[in-house]
Formats: sequence, C-alpha cells, structure tokens
Amino acid sequence: MSAHFEEEYVVAPDGTEHKVQAWQNDTDAGKLGFWLFMFTEVMMFGAMFLSLTYYFTLHTQDFFAASHGLNRVLGGTNTVILLISALTMGLGLVKMKKGDIKTAKLMIWATIFLALLFLGIKAVEWTAEYHHGIFLGLPNLQAGTEHYIGHGQTLFFGMYFTMTGLHGFHILIGVGIMLWLLKRINSGKVTPEHNILHFNITLYWDLVHLIWVFVFPLFYMIGAGDVTGGAVHGH
Amino acid sequence: MSKTFYDETHTAIGHPKSTWMQWMLTVDHKRIGLMYLAIMMTFFFIAVSTAMLMRLELFAPGAQFIDGDTFNQAFTLHGVIMVFLFVIPGIPAVFGNIIMPLMIGAKDVSFPRLNLFTFWLYVLGCIVAVSSLWVGDGFADTGWTFYAPYSLTTGTNVIMTLVAAFILGMSSILTGLNFLVTIHRLRAPGMGFFKMPLFVWGIYSTAWIQVLATPVVGITLILAIFEKYFGIGIFDPSKGGDPVLFEHLFWIYSHPAVYLMILPAFGVVSEIIPTFARREIFGYRTIALSSASIAGVGYLVWGHHLYTSGMSDLAKTIFSFLTFFVAVPTGVKFFDWVATLYKAKIVFSTPMLWALGTLITFAIGGLTGVTIAMIGVDIHLQDTYYTVAHFHYAILGGVVFMLFAAMHYWFPKITGKMYSEVKAKIALLLIFVGFNVLWFPMFIAGYYGMPRRYFDYLPEFEVYHQVAGIGGIILFVGLVYMMWVLIQGWRKGEPCGSNPWNATTLEWHLPSPPELENFPKTPYVDFEPYEYHHGQPVVKFDENYKRIS
Repeated sequence: MSAHFEEEYVVAPDGTEHKVQAWQNDTDAGKLGFWLFMFTEVMMFGAMFLSLTYYFTLHTQDFFAASHGLNRVLGGTNTVILLISALTMGLGLVKMKKGDIKTAKLMIWATIFLALLFLGIKAVEWTAEYHHGIFLGLPNLQAGTEHYIGHGQTLFFGMYFTMTGLHGFHILIGVGIMLWLLKRINSGKVTPEHNILHFNITLYWDLVHLIWVFVFPLFYMIGAGDVTGGAVHGH
Repeated sequence: MSKTFYDETHTAIGHPKSTWMQWMLTVDHKRIGLMYLAIMMTFFFIAVSTAMLMRLELFAPGAQFIDGDTFNQAFTLHGVIMVFLFVIPGIPAVFGNIIMPLMIGAKDVSFPRLNLFTFWLYVLGCIVAVSSLWVGDGFADTGWTFYAPYSLTTGTNVIMTLVAAFILGMSSILTGLNFLVTIHRLRAPGMGFFKMPLFVWGIYSTAWIQVLATPVVGITLILAIFEKYFGIGIFDPSKGGDPVLFEHLFWIYSHPAVYLMILPAFGVVSEIIPTFARREIFGYRTIALSSASIAGVGYLVWGHHLYTSGMSDLAKTIFSFLTFFVAVPTGVKFFDWVATLYKAKIVFSTPMLWALGTLITFAIGGLTGVTIAMIGVDIHLQDTYYTVAHFHYAILGGVVFMLFAAMHYWFPKITGKMYSEVKAKIALLLIFVGFNVLWFPMFIAGYYGMPRRYFDYLPEFEVYHQVAGIGGIILFVGLVYMMWVLIQGWRKGEPCGSNPWNATTLEWHLPSPPELENFPKTPYVDFEPYEYHHGQPVVKFDENYKRIS
C-alpha cells in the first residue's frame, strides 16, 4: 500500500490548474460508496417486504390473527428505543464535527446501550414466542403435526422471524462497528476533520432504524384492532 | 526499460518477499483482473467440458455414457459455472478491472483493498460452488435457476450451491460499487461523462445493475435456504406459499443480469469498431445513453420468463411490450456501429473480425429473443431448444465472443507482446463455424418441439443432435487452439510497442505493459475519445503526458 502520496495538479491548455483526484484521502468516495451499499440493503429488505405484502394479500385473515398475538407494548417500546438511538447517533456525529470528541463518544456509547436494550427486549419477545411453541423449526410450524397453526400463520411467523432476525443481525453488526469506531476515535484515526467512518456508521444506523419503522407496523400493528375476529393463537 | 506492474506491486498487508504472496495480496487493479481471468478461464473450460459430455450423451437417443440423474447434475453444473462463475463476473471483473482505470486516467480503483477482498470473495464462492460435487448428496440437479418447489424437495446438495451463488452475488455487488465510485470520482481532470470511452459507459451502466439488482436474488436465495431448513412455506405451494413468487424474485435479478453481461460486451464493440474503422464513432451520445436506458428498461422486463408460469394476461401483455421496447436501444447501437463502418477503411485484424462476427451472431441471438418475447409464440417455444439456442447465440455468441474479442484487443496492452494474427484468425474461423453448426440446428429442433434439459429424445431429432455434436467438437477444438495461440503469444510473441492498433483511448498512450501506478503524470483530457484524422489518432502526448497535438 502506498502509505504516502503527493497531491498532483495538471494544467489545462487554458492555463487553469486542476487537482487530480487520487483514490487516497477521498472522503466523497467513501460517502458515495457507502450510500450505494445502503441501496443494496434497501433492495434486499425491499424484496422481503414485497414477499410479505404479497402473502398478506393471500392470507389476510391469518396474518391479522397471527399479528394479534404479538406483543405491541414491547414492539412499540423497541420502536421508541430505536428512534431515540438514531437521535443519539446523529447528535454524536454533530458533536464530532464540532470537535467535541468527549460528548461524541458518550453519544456512541448511548447508542450502543440502546441497541443492546433493543436486542434484550427482542430476546424477551422471542423467548415468550418460543415457549408458546412458535419458533423456526418447532413442530407447531411444521405442516402435518398435531398443533400446526396453519399455512397463513406459519408464513406470517416464518417471515417475522426471518425479517426481525435479519434486522437484529444488522443491529448486532451495528454494535460491533460502533465499538470499532470508538477504538478508532481513541487512537486518533477518526477526528473532527476525518470523520468519514463516523459519518458512514451513522448513515448505517439511520437505515437500520428506518427498516424497523417499516417492520413494526407491518408485523405488529396490522393485528391491533379487534375487527378481524380471527382466532388468536397461543393465548 | 522501466518497471512494469509485473515487476512491482502494492499489497494489502506488509511487504511480502515471495512473488506468489505479492500476487495473492496485491491491490493493483491490473493484477487482480488477471487473476480473475485465470480462474474464470479455468472454470470456463470445466463448464465447456461438461457441455461436451452432455453433447456426447445426446449424440444418439437412449442412454450411452451417463444416466438421467447425472445428466441433470451436468446441466446444472454447466449453468451454475457458466452463469455465476464465468459470465457474470465476466468482462467487468477482468477488463473493467484492468482497462477501465487506464481509460479514465486513474492510478487504481477507488477502493483497492475492497477490490482484493472482492476477488477473494469470488474465490470463496467458487470453492463453495464446486465443493458440493464431493460434499453431501451430490451436486444440485435443479438447473441453475433453482426453481421452487423442486429445489426445496430434491435430495441433492442445493444449499451449498445457493450459498455459493449468494457469496458470488456479494462479490459482484462490491465490484459494481467500486467501479461506480471510481468512475464518478477518479476521472482525469477535464474528462466529463461524455468524454469517457464507451467501454467505461458500458461498465458504468452494468455497475448500477450489479448494485441494485443483485441484492434481490441474494435475499431470495437466503429465503430458499431458510425454506429448506425450516419449512415455513415461503415458496412451497403445499404449505400455502407460492413458487411463482420465487420465479419473480429470481428474474427481477436474473433478467437484468443478462444486460449486466451484455452491456460491457457492447462497450468492447464500441471500442474496437472505431479503432479499426479509423474514424470517430457514429452517434457517441446515443450509444452512451442507450447503455443507460438498456440498464433502466432491462429492470422492467423480467416477467417474460413467466409467460407459462401463471400470470395475468394484462401483466403478460405489459411485459411483452416492455421486452420489445428494450430491443430499441440495442438497435440504436447496432445502427450506430454500422454507420461507423460505412465507407470506412476497415482494418481486418483479429479483434475487428471478432467484433464483426459477433455483430452477426448477436443479432441472431437478439432477434430470436424478440420472437419469443411474443406471448403466443412463447407458449410454443418456451423450454425448447429454440430458447436454448437463442440464449447461447446471445450470451456465448454475444458476451463470451466479445470477451474473446477483448482478450485479443487488449492482449498487447496487457502482455506487451503480439500473438500470431494468422493463427488467431484460424482459431476464430474454427470457433465461428463450430458455433453456428452447434447452435443453429437447435433453432429448428426447438421449433419442431425438442424440449430443453431432456436426457433422451425421439428418433426424429437425432439428425439435429448429431450435427450439433459435430459443431460442438469443432468449437471445442477452436477454443483450445485459441487459448494455445494466446499463451504462445504471451510466451514468445514479438514486443508490440505502446499502440499497435493505432487506437485513441488513454490506455494506448501508456507503455505496454503499463507501470504499477499507470500514469506517472496525469493527462488533462480536453479531447473526444475517438479522434482520428486521415486514419491517424489526433491526440499525442509527450513523456510527461502533456498534449503536443
């Protein structure tokens, strides 16, 4: 790796001088690249939302019934937690840019704490569902077994565990890269002037919380009303 | 003589002494491209051999050499290797890597270490893909499309192939991301988007497809894996799921993927034709923008793979018209190329012959594609040899032949040497004759109802299979001979100098092979990519890359 490079300038025929953009120290490239990576995340979750929506049209009543059994208090709490965590992460970046590294680090720690809180609540939810016999691979979700909950509800819970699982995985990755960010800040590699890593991780966290903003209503809220009259399983 | 990129390199970690480790850890885009080429060509010949095995089996009706199950695995292996390991990385991974940064006056791609990581991801994907030949209950027998519900119920090791396709998809996404950022950020001063060579436009349009379409198939494969493990019914009709959803999600990626394959190939044609016609390309902007519009419209045509799978008539009609529409920008390109050739003093060197021949084979592939875009006709021709022949005329006779054209065109730049033009033309002749003898009878056999992927057939189809079999042998000999000619050229060829073809784009102003960081001094680009005057390139640089004419 060429550790050092020299800024290069070329002179156009009209005498003006132009800076040659090198791949080294290219903050805008880092931002652009990460935005593109965010697009891939949107497309990936987008395909899952598409599948979910399609099956909602096929098994509407089953989806209402299955959704009715989810814990809206815990899910809602988690939504609030993620919204606040997006705020703390964003404030951290603002503070970093202003040179207040101490507060910036505090904000990152706060985000990590909120992320772990989110995962903890998620674990409580999943555990409860597991004890009701509803989890990927359990017999209640296998066609032909005694307490099979039916095609529609199985699809609902299958998508629920897949999507919240994949989202939780993104949260976990987020915690990991935030710890890495703190290490880079401590070693002086991320500074108020060179904050591209901080910027990109903030962007990542914004997307992760935004996905949850769509996950929450599509799984938890569709069964909130009593109008469906569908059978509630597991309670 | 100054040092070239073969003599020295930058590495991702440390300063390894051994040449081997210097290659394995290199972040130089040229070396990474060459390593892609080596692995891809190896897999290409493995997949060609698999195809030859199937042709041999099909030479006569009934079972001769392999049984039906092995045949199913053989066409799956052929498809998986050709599509995921060879054609999709294809021209971008090799020539996008080696040539694109040279063309825009950059010293490397924007993220060189990511580039190396992407390469190793590709290698990992290859290993996972082929290892299921020996691990588990045999290689997948689903065809490369992994259609549900069969892929969910077969006992073969589909999961490993799905994982491999996912990893290769990630590799493809990151390549596209890297190229997009590179093209946006690292163009030499003065080079606006409409001063870029058209190959760069092809790579640019492709990169958007790689970034935006690949994640869809990635998650689809993950869902299929989940379905296979947990049986939640996502694609399983016996559990309330819908297998057609799998087909939609699969083709939302995989149809744009064929444009992902062909757009860089069109870019290669757009480089070769002005070079050997010795004149400015006709309709530069229309070619550039047609690449972008093919990438855009190509997103919206996936449904034509599902005419017989169960879709509303309205949806079929819309997809059919959109599919016709995507032929328009392709036609624009063709007419631009032909207009460039009109009244030009054409130099018939090997790359030019490859390009011209491919225009014909791809035109056949493209136009037969329009016939099966018609809903009624497709009901008859779907899943027959007609479709197979169309696909291979478009992809082998279009993309892969253009990859070969690119190999011949940029060979002197990459190696610094010249292959034997006479021998290369003989190889080309063998390949073209073999190719047409192999595939053209399949149009007829398919029209008369020979279904694809069948291990056995009715006796009246024997003649088509035998003609195709002979064509296959000629093609195979031609391919081996072509590789031999190129390798001999690399080993023993005459030094070629920096610009043997009298070409105009930036890479031809560099020494062959180029130095480690390409441009010791960056040029200022105040010229069009293909400026000729009386058959000679207009733009010349002095040794400091300052323009002198």
